[in-house]
Amino acid sequence: MTLDSKIPAGPLEKKWTTFKNNAKIISPANKRKFEIIVVGSGLAGASAAATLSELGFRVKCFCYQDSPRRAHSIAAQGGINAAKNYQNDGDSVYRLFYDTIKGGDFRAREANVYRLAEVSASIIDQCVAQGVPFAREYGGLLANRSFGGAQVSRTFYARGQTGQQLLLGAYQALCKQISTGGVQMFPRTEMLDLVVVDGHAKGIVVRDLVSGKISAHAADAVLLCTGGYGNVFYLSTNAKGCNVTATYRAYKRGAFFANPCFTQIHPTCIPVSGDYQSKLTLMSESLRNDGRVWVPKRKEDCSKHPSQIPEEDRDYYLERKYPSYGNLAPRDISSRAAKEVCDEGRGVGPGGLGVYLDFSDAIKRLGRKVIEERYGNLFEMYENITGENAYEVPMRIYPAVHYTMGGLWVDYCLMSNLPGLHVLGEANFSDHGANRLGASALMQGLADGYFIIPYTIGEYLTTQFGKKVDPNHPAFQEAVQSIEKFTNRLLSVNGSRSVDSFHRELGLLMWNNCGMARNRKGLEEAIEKIQKLRDEFWKNVRVLGQGDCMNQSLEKAGRVADFLEFAELMCRDALMREESCGGHFRTEYQTPDGEALRNDEEFSFVACWKFEGVNKDPTLIKEPLNYEFIKPTTRSYK
Amino acid sequence: MNFHLKVWRQKDANSPGRLEDYEARNIPPDASFLEMLDIVNEDLISKGIEPIVFDHDCREGICGMCSLTINGIPHGPSTGTTCQLYMRKFEDGSTIYIEPFRAGPFPVIRDLSVNRSALDRIIQAGGFISERTGSAPDANSIPIPKTIADEAMDAAACIGCGACAAACPNSSAMLFVAAKVSHLNLLPQGKPEKDRRVLSMVEQMDKEGFGGCSNFYQCEAVCPAHIPASFIAKMNRDYLVASIKRTVGVMP
Ligand SMILES: Cc1cc2nc3c(=O)[nH]c(=O)nc-3n(C[C@H](O)[C@H](O)[C@H](O)COP(=O)(O)OP(=O)(O)OC[C@H]3O[C@@H](n4cnc5c(N)ncnc54)[C@H](O)[C@@H]3O)c2cc1C
Ligand code: FES
Repeated sequence: MTLDSKIPAGPLEKKWTTFKNNAKIISPANKRKFEIIVVGSGLAGASAAATLSELGFRVKCFCYQDSPRRAHSIAAQGGINAAKNYQNDGDSVYRLFYDTIKGGDFRAREANVYRLAEVSASIIDQCVAQGVPFAREYGGLLANRSFGGAQVSRTFYARGQTGQQLLLGAYQALCKQISTGGVQMFPRTEMLDLVVVDGHAKGIVVRDLVSGKISAHAADAVLLCTGGYGNVFYLSTNAKGCNVTATYRAYKRGAFFANPCFTQIHPTCIPVSGDYQSKLTLMSESLRNDGRVWVPKRKEDCSKHPSQIPEEDRDYYLERKYPSYGNLAPRDISSRAAKEVCDEGRGVGPGGLGVYLDFSDAIKRLGRKVIEERYGNLFEMYENITGENAYEVPMRIYPAVHYTMGGLWVDYCLMSNLPGLHVLGEANFSDHGANRLGASALMQGLADGYFIIPYTIGEYLTTQFGKKVDPNHPAFQEAVQSIEKFTNRLLSVNGSRSVDSFHRELGLLMWNNCGMARNRKGLEEAIEKIQKLRDEFWKNVRVLGQGDCMNQSLEKAGRVADFLEFAELMCRDALMREESCGGHFRTEYQTPDGEALRNDEEFSFVACWKFEGVNKDPTLIKEPLNYEFIKPTTRSYK
Repeated sequence: MNFHLKVWRQKDANSPGRLEDYEARNIPPDASFLEMLDIVNEDLISKGIEPIVFDHDCREGICGMCSLTINGIPHGPSTGTTCQLYMRKFEDGSTIYIEPFRAGPFPVIRDLSVNRSALDRIIQAGGFISERTGSAPDANSIPIPKTIADEAMDAAACIGCGACAAACPNSSAMLFVAAKVSHLNLLPQGKPEKDRRVLSMVEQMDKEGFGGCSNFYQCEAVCPAHIPASFIAKMNRDYLVASIKRTVGVMP
């Protein structure tokens, strides 16, 4: 089977314009006839739901939180990229495109990434018009900062709360449409299945998290905007509710899962402090603009107070190894470098799993006030969590799971191989290849929702005139019944272990065997252990209470059941990819100085997995990546 | 550390609730308040007791999903949210009362979880700028003085948790509403709808059953996003101007 990515022909910089010029338009009278389901109210979901409703489509939007404003996008701190070149420092659409595709270690589609860079400028215009209070200079114009993997300053930000402000902008646009009746909002509602009728995605099955009622919704198209699956590792910077359920169950209904092993480990998080810990906290990458990363040169110095270690005994390893990018080296590289020095025994803090991020030079250079203005809330957060004052002692940081580049496969129109199913934001695989650059996820979520799907959804909908499905179609009943059965099964195991204990065990296994460094032996071992753990889960999990009311253990149990299957798919993907690229580092494939060794001859493809049954091997389908316009090079930040 | 907990348990909106006694044992001082509850829940599950229901998501102090009234104070004795409260703040061996956010417009769903959708309906009433996707001018075409942008950001930082209403003796949501009104009314982009916005948001707030402000300032004291109560005064001014305009018939 071959996959058609539907990339328009012609020169790179003309593709999107060509597409738009020829896009199929639906008349206003007909738009009203189409109903669209949007699952998720993060940047991708809220912006898509609001914009599609403005256009005249009837929209239903779902989220599991009690309000759409609480989607996990709210937690993004650092900023959003856009090729505005307001700093006059040589930025351009092409440069943003090139940085992104190189940052992704040449494992993303050229056409998608170029389009992303192209629409990036409109996002900033849109957000400012909505009232997003971006940081400004004294002259009243917008301010920028730098982020990893770029040598220009193209990141827009709103203090340390950029995601919050962008999401509130999209949420408010959504509220405006809810007030007109154009969007019907379903908070505290979890999607548990996709309904496929004659090969087309035509609805979803949901559980009302308050009443426990399981029901189906039919529509002409379904958009999944359900975020990433980082919580497969249990400990991550994601919100506790982030899950793979929506995308994984779509996968089980026939949608292909692409590059599941491409996960991002963020270099600047607060280190783990104990096994009671429920999540990890990110310290924005923007801190690396002014903070310097170091560890002691000698193991013996690790237990000393940092102020007792003189300059010449410190190893500023990022500046040493990557002189041109220094502390702003991309995430995958910085994370691995931290792991390396800690593996050498030069880590600091409890368990030796930490490195210093030191602001003393910046404070000397700029004064404490400037640093406070730039990062005040982050320093506060750090102090609150660790009890340490980072103006006086360097922060301690360590890498943590943060973002997932993999996701459901989509074509240029953001439609999956299942007609009618569209996937936006972190939930799809499309733009970041094997590693995402900082401040690019917010850009992608909003690009997908505000500026891409409104143009591309017509390609599918125009084939659906007069093809409304009947919500009484047996496929809906079958899906509802299968979810009821699944729920009852979870409630009736009545074993002795809590859901969290399984999740923790799975997470630790994935962190050790499918985390920052992977190899054949570890992955094979993980697959075996995951299967055993899954068996045990279904024999021994304890989910108390009933299904017909609010039951948080039941919600978690469903999500963990999916993680226990999905984790195996991730390991299989990592095992298949016998190369190192971006966030995927196979210890067998590295250069003599420890850098990732990519293999373009054999692995320049998107790995798409087709579900064949639980406990059966999935089928691999490859979408070759043809680089027409740029030449993949060895990624160097030296 | 060890604590004696008195936790509000309530089956659903229509059942009566009551405080139950639980012991929290061997809690690390670096654990967060919600991690302490996780540990207690694991213990309850092992005893066959249904775990305590409480809302939470980001556990970073930004999503506004966590709530809880701890020892009588929304979000407890910290300057931030419940999820950012650490057990080292409590005295070893002490008794901790844990109840839901209490306010008429926030009915209990189960145990410690409440329904705050009234806040969403207030935003739907006018807490937005009516800009259509694709119609925006270049982002730098309207310079905004840094002081104005900063003040708008101070107001926009509200996380919508509802602690202000839960802390207020009148269950007033004025701080929440004032934060959104001020954020948008301060910015040039928000000016065209300034009057309509403040009138309809305040009207919706009243409709939801939130009380009026009688200057107790409990809201400001518990606000995890440190929204200053001075925004309430600003909103009152905007409201007055808009009401007069409406009365004399010059409302845009
Ligand atoms: C701590 C942190 C900081 C970050 N900082 C930055 C940054 O500075 N810059 C940047 O570019 N990126 C950043 N990112 C990444 C970025 O925030 C996310 O990738 C992006 O916001 C994802 O948006 P989304 O709309 O795809 O998904 P989300 O915002 O995660 O939204 C998912 C939505 O789907 C809903 N949902 C999920 N599952 C279901 C289900 N089964 N049923 C119903 N609804 C469901 C949820 O309720 C939610 O509404 C950061 C990420 C983290 C974790
Ligand atoms: S859980 Fe998000 S603010 Fe507390």
